Order: sequence, then structure tokens, then C-alpha cells
Amino acid sequence: MKILIVEDEKELLEAISASLIKEHFIIETAADYPTALEKIIVYDYDCILLDIMLPGGSGLHLLEQLKDSGKSENVIIISAKDSLDDKLAGLELGADDYLTKPFHIAELNARVKAVLRRKKLAGKNTIETTNIVLDLQERQLFVSGELVVLNRKEFDVLNYFLLNMNRLITKSSLAEHVWGDNIDQADNFDFIYYQIKNLRKKLHAVHAAIEVESVYGVGYKMVEK
Amino acid sequence: MKLLNKSLQYLSISIFLIVTIWSIIFYVNMLDEIHDSIDDGLENYKLLIIQKANDDSSVLKKNYFDESNYAIREIGEPIALAMKDRYVDTLMYMQDEDDLEPVRILTTAFENHGHFYELKIINSMVEEDDLIEDLFWSVFWLYFILVASIIIINNIVLRKLWKPFYNFLSQVTSFRLGRGKELPEITTNIKEFNSLKNAVNTLLQHSLETYEQQKQFIENASHELQTPLAVATSKLELLLEKGGIEDSAAESLGQILAIIERLVRLNKSLLLLTKIENKQFFDKQSISLNRIVQQTVQDLDEFADFKEVKIIVNETSDLNVQMDASLANIIVANLIKNAIFHNVTNGVVTVDISANAIEISNTGKVEELDANKIFSRFYKSLDKESMGTGLGLAIVKAICSMYGFDVTYRFENNKHCFNVRFNAQ
Repeated sequence: MKILIVEDEKELLEAISASLIKEHFIIETAADYPTALEKIIVYDYDCILLDIMLPGGSGLHLLEQLKDSGKSENVIIISAKDSLDDKLAGLELGADDYLTKPFHIAELNARVKAVLRRKKLAGKNTIETTNIVLDLQERQLFVSGELVVLNRKEFDVLNYFLLNMNRLITKSSLAEHVWGDNIDQADNFDFIYYQIKNLRKKLHAVHAAIEVESVYGVGYKMVEK
Repeated sequence: MKLLNKSLQYLSISIFLIVTIWSIIFYVNMLDEIHDSIDDGLENYKLLIIQKANDDSSVLKKNYFDESNYAIREIGEPIALAMKDRYVDTLMYMQDEDDLEPVRILTTAFENHGHFYELKIINSMVEEDDLIEDLFWSVFWLYFILVASIIIINNIVLRKLWKPFYNFLSQVTSFRLGRGKELPEITTNIKEFNSLKNAVNTLLQHSLETYEQQKQFIENASHELQTPLAVATSKLELLLEKGGIEDSAAESLGQILAIIERLVRLNKSLLLLTKIENKQFFDKQSISLNRIVQQTVQDLDEFADFKEVKIIVNETSDLNVQMDASLANIIVANLIKNAIFHNVTNGVVTVDISANAIEISNTGKVEELDANKIFSRFYKSLDKESMGTGLGLAIVKAICSMYGFDVTYRFENNKHCFNVRFNAQ
């Protein structure tokens, strides 16, 4: 799958590329408005990550161009501006999601995959790996065909892990994704440990072929057994 | 004290003094004039009597005043020669008044055909106490009328003169930084008032500019920080993910990541605060706070469990408020989060929802907090473990101020109580 990253900050561009290359996406980059415009017109992408404030023009204009040329690429806006107006304008112009800087790479990863899946698998929306089937529509987990009951947050945690297979998920990234901004000052997110413990127990009990690994006390990683 | 009354106070005191001094001088002068006039009369009378005595010696026999107003008696030459004209005020019985009345006596001596006589002439005098009384009343009325007319003139003239001033004053009083840019106006041709307006408006203009610049600076600084923070976060996360790092090094990296995340939170809170103060939230919709409280409590459930804090929600009424949904969330979340965070093990957080208010009270580690400072930015309690931004309550306060809600803190029954009073529909 081909992804175009439009971002003028070189370092951030590199970091995002590095993260997405790990997911075996093909990455192209553009650091300013004219380059981005050219690439958008000439090539087709599965997903475009778009910064709004660009040298030479606004990312919102690029969205208009896309719309005008009849292309329906998946677009995720990544902007430093957490402004409702921009968000609404972007979504109105056909963007699929809006992510405010700074973000966790795991979060970006999850968003990209969610967007791609939404387009590709119209109707059937599941994540399948090893003996695991996670039904995003019905919010149900099946392990080896057996239904495993998860509460709302356990489901969200597992979903986030499955979107970031073999990737590091920091505790704060997980907390933000599952518990929202509300949790932002929660000590050092130690409470997450208990949530993970419960999830591990449930997965272990049904012999799931995946498990949650701890990573140096900074976070967790989901791997295949 | 109002200017009007103050000036009246000064005027009445000074007029009182002036009128008093004036009446004393007037009284003395008048008395002097009366004496002078009586003395002239007595002098004239004296000459007439001496002349008459020259022609008619029977006059010399008149030793007592009786019906007339003079008396003559013979005296020795040396006494007569030594005698000078003397005017004396004294009292004499007056038949008509049936009382002793003041009279003025001229005592003098004269020679008639080699004999020497003493002559006393009397003339009735004004009664000084009557005079003083009359004078007192006329002065009193003068004073009274003066003060009364000053009050009336003051009221009419000063009120009229100062009207633009009071008008201007009320405009300045209601002027708030960041709430409209219209400077107070004054319509008058009085130079002082116009100078005042110019001075005040220059000052206000300067404050406005400083305020705008400060706001702009915070906003720009926070925005500019977002990208480097984003770079730092993602690079560190990628580095940690790469593996092959020693555990202790990885832990240090994790700590750095946590610090950066704290910076991110701080930055976001500052941006949010600026946005609230810039009134960038215009959305107003009917929000059920009951629902928001339930949602927030659910979100914070695991966190509360971990802190071993129990959350009790008492809903005595439905509470619907017209406001922005995300801001409603922030108010509720910040207060409940604080209440859990600054709690003790096995502590309790109580959320009471009534028809017009939410009250969140919690057990806590520290004693009463300073109610005046608790809502200011970066106020940190004695709770050393705090990892908060120090902006949570400042944000709550800013939101409440924007909507005209009332948020208060009190310490009651060893509990910290935060009360938000809404303008419910």
C-alpha cells in the first residue's frame, strides 16, 4: 500500500516514514505545497497524511484539489493547530481523520490502518490474526471461534494492540487512546498494569496465540506466541 | 463621601466661619455707631442745658432726673476743674418697661456765674441683649438661606457639570480587558475631563495592546512547541521500539519520554486556556451534566480503583446547561480527576448533582487549601507527588467565567468541596 506523507518538518517526516515503513507500507514524501500538489495529481495513493500549514500553500487547498480532480484518497490531517474550524473544514473537504500534533506513532499507525480498513473492507470490518478474530462492528472477540467476553475498555485495549502488532505501545499512548484525555495526569499510568494483567489472563485462558509483552517499563508490545 | 457632599461640607463650614466673624464685627461696629450717635446727642444736649442755665437759673435747681433727662448739682471748684466729660453705660429704672433698662449717662461740669456745677444727662440706650438676639436670628437666617441655596445650586450645577464625569466613570468601571475593544467615551467641552479621558484611554489602550501581545505570545509559543515536541516523542518511541538497548538506558529514555509528555500536556493546557480566554468556543448546546458525570466516572473507573478511591454519585435532579460540549467535559473531568488524584487510600469522592449545581467533594491528604489561590495558574498544593500541570483548576475557572458560572471552593468536614453553580435552563 502506498502512502504519501506531506509534512514540512524534516525530522517529523523521517520519524513518521520510519514508523510506517515498519508496517511494510510504501512511503513517498513531500515537504512543501508544490511538490505535494504534483504528486497528488500524478500518482494515486492509498492514504495521504497531510499537514495543513505548508510552505507555499495550505493543506486544505490540496484537499480541494483532490476533490476537484475526482480522487477519493484516504486523507488524515496532521496539524499542530487543534482548531475546531480547521477540523470541520478538513472533514468537510473529504478528510477521513484529524490528528493533532504531537501524537504517538502507535496512534498514527492505528488511525492509518483504521482508515485503510474502512475503505477496503466495506461492511466486513474485522481484524484477523492467528486464531484471533476481532469484530469491530459488533465489538466482539473470537478466539478459535469461541466468543470471549470483554468489557468496553478491554476491547479498546486489544484493538489498539492488534492495530500495532509487534510495535511498542507506550503506557501514555495506550491511556490516551483508551481512556481519552481525561487520564492525562494519572501518576505514571501504573493503573494500566492491572488492565493489561486482566487482558493477559483472559487471553491465556482461551489459549490465544498472541500475548502482551512488557517493554522496559515504558510500555507493552503484542506479539505472536 | 460624594464630591457634592464634600464640597458642601467645606462650603458650609467656611460660610459659617465667615458669617460668624462678619456678624461679630458688624455688631461691634454697629454698637460703636450707636454710642457715637448717642454721645453726639448728649453733647448737643449739654450745650443746650448750659445755655439755658445761663438764661434761666431755675434750671440749676433741678437736682434730680425726675421727668426730665438731666440733673444738676453744685460741686467744688477743684473737683469741677479736674472733671472731664465722661460717658458711662448704666441701668436705670424705666416706668414704661417696669424694669431696669440700659441708659447712657454723660457726666460733665460747667461754670455758671462763678459757681461750679456737675451736670448729668441721660439717654436711653439700645438693649444689647435684644440687639444680639435680633442680630443672631438674622445671621442665622442668612446662614440658613445661604446653605440652602448652595445645596440647591450645587445639586443643579455640579450635577450637571459632573454628569459627563460620572458617565465616563461608569464606562471605565465596566471596562474589561479582552471583552470588547471600545474605549470609554466622554462628551463634554470641559478641558479637565477631556484630559482625563485621554489619559485613561492611553492607559487602557496600552493595557489592551499588552494583553493582546501576551495572549498572542502564549498562543504562538504553544503552537511553535507542538512540532518539536512531536518530533521528540516519535523519535524516542521509535528508538525504544528498535530494541537492542540496555534496560537501564531504556528506562532513562522512558523517563525522558514521560517528561516530554508532561510538556505536551502543559502545552495543550496553555493552548486550551488561551482559546477559552480568546472565546474560541462559541458552540452552545443543551448539555446533560448527569450524562457527562456518568461518562467521566466510567472513564476514570480503573484509575479510581487503582488509587483505591470510591466514587459516589448522588443525582437529586436533572441538570441541563447551555454550553460547549467539550468544555462541559473538561469542567467535570478536571474536578473529578483532581478529587481522585489528591485523595487518600480508601478515600471517597462524592459528586452531588442538583437542579442548578454540581458539587464534588473528596477526602484528601492536606489541610484546607487557599481558596484565593487555588484557581490561579500553576498553583500547586503541598501534595508533592503531583504530576499535574497546575492548570486544571485555572481552566475550570476560565470556562466558568466565560459562561458566567460560579465555581467556589470550601473545606468542610475535612473534605475539599468544589461547587459549580450553573445557570440552568
